[in-house]
Amino acid sequence: MKPTTGRVWVLGDNVDTDVIYPGRYLPIIVSEEMALHALEGIDPEFPKKLKPGDIIVAGTNFGCGSSREQAATCLKAAGVAAIVAGSYSRIFFRNALNQGLALVESKECRKHVKDGVAITIDFGKGRILVPDGEISFEPLPAFLMQILEDGGLIEHTKKKIAAK
Amino acid sequence: MGLTFAEKLLASKVGRETVQPGQIVEVTPDVAMSHDNAGLVIRQFKQIGVKRVWDPSKIVIPLDHRVPAESTKTANAHKSIREFVKEQGISDFYDIREGVCHQVLVEKGHVLPGMLALGTDSHTTSYGCVGAFGTGIGATEMAAVWATGKIWLRVPESIRVDLRGRFQRMVFPKDFILFLVGRLGAEGANYCSVEFHGPSMADIGVPGRFTMCNLSMEMGAKNAVVPVDAVTIQFLKGLGFTTGKAFLPDPDAQYVRRESFDISELVPQIACPHAVDNVKSVDKVEGIRIDQAVLGSCTNGRIEDLREAASVIEGKKIHPDVRMLVVPASRSVLLEGIKTGVITTLLEAGCVLVNPGCGPCLGAHEGILADGEVCIASTNRNFKGRMGGAGSEVYLASPATVAASALKGRITDPRKVA
Repeated sequence: MKPTTGRVWVLGDNVDTDVIYPGRYLPIIVSEEMALHALEGIDPEFPKKLKPGDIIVAGTNFGCGSSREQAATCLKAAGVAAIVAGSYSRIFFRNALNQGLALVESKECRKHVKDGVAITIDFGKGRILVPDGEISFEPLPAFLMQILEDGGLIEHTKKKIAAK
Repeated sequence: MGLTFAEKLLASKVGRETVQPGQIVEVTPDVAMSHDNAGLVIRQFKQIGVKRVWDPSKIVIPLDHRVPAESTKTANAHKSIREFVKEQGISDFYDIREGVCHQVLVEKGHVLPGMLALGTDSHTTSYGCVGAFGTGIGATEMAAVWATGKIWLRVPESIRVDLRGRFQRMVFPKDFILFLVGRLGAEGANYCSVEFHGPSMADIGVPGRFTMCNLSMEMGAKNAVVPVDAVTIQFLKGLGFTTGKAFLPDPDAQYVRRESFDISELVPQIACPHAVDNVKSVDKVEGIRIDQAVLGSCTNGRIEDLREAASVIEGKKIHPDVRMLVVPASRSVLLEGIKTGVITTLLEAGCVLVNPGCGPCLGAHEGILADGEVCIASTNRNFKGRMGGAGSEVYLASPATVAASALKGRITDPRKVA
């Protein structure tokens, strides 16, 4: 996967999927429409503020709560290029990768950034270029990187079926 | 070396003697559940391009989140689900009349000891109440399961929780699991399998175990379980089901964490806004005014829960400024409530009866809060804005505490009124 550079939005610990994607929008099943409500529970203006290529840097237990896949899809559809969080709730972790949304696990990153700064993530090397230097992280296992590189679980599954 | 429940079950599913935490295994589920979000699963499944699901007999779909449909979007999703199950030969489809998915799956015997259950709902952890391994996944993940019959899972580490002693009057399994979530924190059991053990478990029936396994999700658990015992067997036999396969953790199994509690000291607990792990004993929040009370959900919507609440308000009237919603978790619960007079008791006290389903729990419909309103609920989440209304607040508690609070119009310790 190519390195990505993006503008940062800093969020806290325990950002739950109800604030990422409020329950009243669950009947929406079209990704472009989901994007209109990304992070609306945190800030009603967030959907308008997010721009393609943005990177979310958050604390621990990101995506906790409900298994709603729309929480991951809305961020991907809004153009979020990657999330860097201290840790992830397991269902959100899987949902994000399945949508082709890149995830990095780093407790360190949040200490080096604030809203609006640019960072560059090198997924293969496990390095993030932050304003005051460089920090490292453990890259995802190869089989998960493969899902990301295939563009998500649907494409990945189609490939696997075709290969049989 | 001994194995935990998760290690034994997953090893068995992949035909091995043993597996290690951290290992990745590829498994086929025994049951795959979806609810209203089957509409999204269907959409994703069609993109994969496989024509037929791997095994229609393994898929169970109850409609519960928005029933009857509250919008044309939902109505169209329900319609697409009805068409899909017919076309695929999925006979275990429960339309809007049956109730909450997890309740229905246990009531109808779709989950049995030793099964690996996947569900497109985080509270799939509930099925540990009958000794099954239940874990939640997303819609696209489920679409891939429908197409291939397989899923990768990471073998979890396990946490063992031992309970000894007996609950005091008006203190219940809900209070214990709230306390535990408060103690371990929102990610205290992240990725872990939580096992409940100890002499107290013999006094906690399957309904209470359901509550404990259900709410374990709120500390990040991958799955939660009460190892099969005489209580489980009696419950299943009473319903006429087979007793499956009991995977019993070994006494020398390895756990990453062990906790032990004397539940005889436990007092009623409340999860305060806006986090499930923001738990306090009831005395710390008594007196807070409430506008709405909700009795229901997969967490606490069973006949035992309705009875618990009814015993508190029997013969009395709830506070005139409180709207108390009673949402039985299933049609069976509602019918039993009617036959036994429990529903009458609740209605005569001033409660509003809502059809079985998820309704207000996730702010879908049927009981949205106004701006700034306060609700006390027997449900499982109180995240900011979940039940609607800017600035609204949700407190989580046991059915008894919910009922006592509805009576007084303020958060109330049930031991003081019943």
